[in-house]
Amino acid sequence: MTAYADSEVTTTTLRQAVALDERPSRPSALSTTLTFGWRALLKIKHVPEQLFDVLVSPVIFTLMFTYLFGGALAGSTTAYIQFLLPGILVQTIIIVTVYTGYTLNTDITKGVFDRFRSLPIWRPAPIVGALMGDTVRYSIASVMCIGLGLIIGFRPEGGVVGVLLGVLLLLVFAFSLSWIFTILGLLLRTPNAVMGVSMMVLMPLTFASNIFVDPSTMPSALQRFVDVNPVSHLVTAVRGLMAGQPDGGEIVWVLVAAVVLTAIFGPITMRLYRTRH
Amino acid sequence: MSDATPARSTNHTAPRTSGPPLAVEASGLVKHFTSGKKVTKAVDGIDLAIPTGSVFGLLGPNGAGKTTVVRMLATLLQPDGGSARVLGHDVVREADAVRSAVGLTGQYASVDEDLTGTENLLMLARLYGFTGGAARRRVSGLLDAFSLSDAGGRQVKTYSGGMRRRIDLAASLVLAPRVLFLDEPTTGLDPRSRNQVWDIVRVLVEDGATVLLTTQYLEEADQLADRIAVIDHGKVIAEGTSTELKRSVGQGAVSMRLADATQRAEAAAVVERLLGTEPTLPTDPYALSARVPDDGAHAVAQILPALDEAGIAVPEFTLGQPSLDEVFLTITGRPLPDEDGDDGDAGSREPVHAEEVSR
Repeated sequence: MTAYADSEVTTTTLRQAVALDERPSRPSALSTTLTFGWRALLKIKHVPEQLFDVLVSPVIFTLMFTYLFGGALAGSTTAYIQFLLPGILVQTIIIVTVYTGYTLNTDITKGVFDRFRSLPIWRPAPIVGALMGDTVRYSIASVMCIGLGLIIGFRPEGGVVGVLLGVLLLLVFAFSLSWIFTILGLLLRTPNAVMGVSMMVLMPLTFASNIFVDPSTMPSALQRFVDVNPVSHLVTAVRGLMAGQPDGGEIVWVLVAAVVLTAIFGPITMRLYRTRH
Repeated sequence: MSDATPARSTNHTAPRTSGPPLAVEASGLVKHFTSGKKVTKAVDGIDLAIPTGSVFGLLGPNGAGKTTVVRMLATLLQPDGGSARVLGHDVVREADAVRSAVGLTGQYASVDEDLTGTENLLMLARLYGFTGGAARRRVSGLLDAFSLSDAGGRQVKTYSGGMRRRIDLAASLVLAPRVLFLDEPTTGLDPRSRNQVWDIVRVLVEDGATVLLTTQYLEEADQLADRIAVIDHGKVIAEGTSTELKRSVGQGAVSMRLADATQRAEAAAVVERLLGTEPTLPTDPYALSARVPDDGAHAVAQILPALDEAGIAVPEFTLGQPSLDEVFLTITGRPLPDEDGDDGDAGSREPVHAEEVSR
């Protein structure tokens, strides 16, 4: 602390530091987007707890469901983990997407976003860059989730390629889903409100799906919901890829859903971003 | 109060017929906020004309609409009515041109606390188009100038209040803006850090920048601003130089305490003869004060000799310029809230006399 006691802002150094002989030319949309992606990575580096928080629940779920219910649900824990892990992976990543809205809202409440909005840059860059940085976060979460699975007996038939393609499909979907949470991030008042509302939406979506159990034993009304639930389609597609039996129809379904989500919620986000008070 | 007419054409780019070109001009700016069914007029028809190279102070209490004005000028908010130009660029239609020319610092335009000081500035430098080594040189120069080189590698959330404000200021100077918006730049700072911020602002203005500053502190407006607009409930209620605003309350006043209360009527007669204004007689029987007329400087100098000649002893005599809080009190009928501690401007803190308030 004492090191700064004698800090004085001297006139000459200030003049020299501020003076600018030549203004730089305006950076491209890509370069500004990458700068914001870089910022998101710095945040992962400086605040790793964020990542830790979102990984605790999948670890607990994986261990709990595998060892408590695995035997009863699938005959053996090893058989169940083959079924469960792709689903848990989907659930984990989908819940991590909420953090996109959460961090965006934090930026707004702390005033960081207004500085970005006051810059002469390509308008969507802060959000697109943040989403790109988040993709790295999703990748880290995926690696950890699959790593845990491998330790406790997950042996995907699809091999490395199948697993990677499964993760890739999941990342594409997560990117498009994030636009919903950016909207919540822009609309709601506090970061915790974003968290609360998002979880309220995600809980039914992830539980009323085929993540944990085969829906054939569910009541028919619930089955109908599970069948239209995009999470179920995503889980089926990822499961297929990882098991080495890719289901083309489901993969296309997921990709179309990703395009539709982005096409609808991307522009809404940008509109809110431009007009937000 | 202002000469700007609401009918002014929006294509009007030429500077006014006299004086330096305007860095910021606004006419009839309006902003409403709706919360539930309640509509608040945060800004209710504000006109501004800020000459290039000057410091303009927006003075007003919390919630007066200062921040909303700045946010509109900085293109963060779209006005609901009226128009504004910064360096000739319309803040709505030419927002990007405005953004390239302005720097912004305030509670709502801040740096990222999770990142280090260096990372924050580097990010901004890159976003402004500096690349590679040029970005690094720009950042290290700024950190150096703001005495933050040693702290550059630490996360901003570990900074002290003064360091925090300096990094905010440095962040708004990355592109050497010609117009700088400072929203309450010294709120919550200790006097030493506050003086540093003031020094920085003075240097920037000497070098040709235009500064629009909002503040709740009279002293700050008085110290820094060439012109001041007092705003309250979204309206400019007074505008002028610090001296002009004070003069609107009165040129100043003399106050004295006599040694002998029985001589007060006689003393009042002497003062009235010299100044030509009727003295007020406070409840304190020894006290006497009188407003000084516009050309009263010479007359004031004659008061003490004249009283002495009349055999009236005057142990206390003060001549005070009215302070800006008197201005605020006079115009709004209530004191400025959250006044900063006494700034040593003794003699100017007298309550405004009833006669002056009614003017």
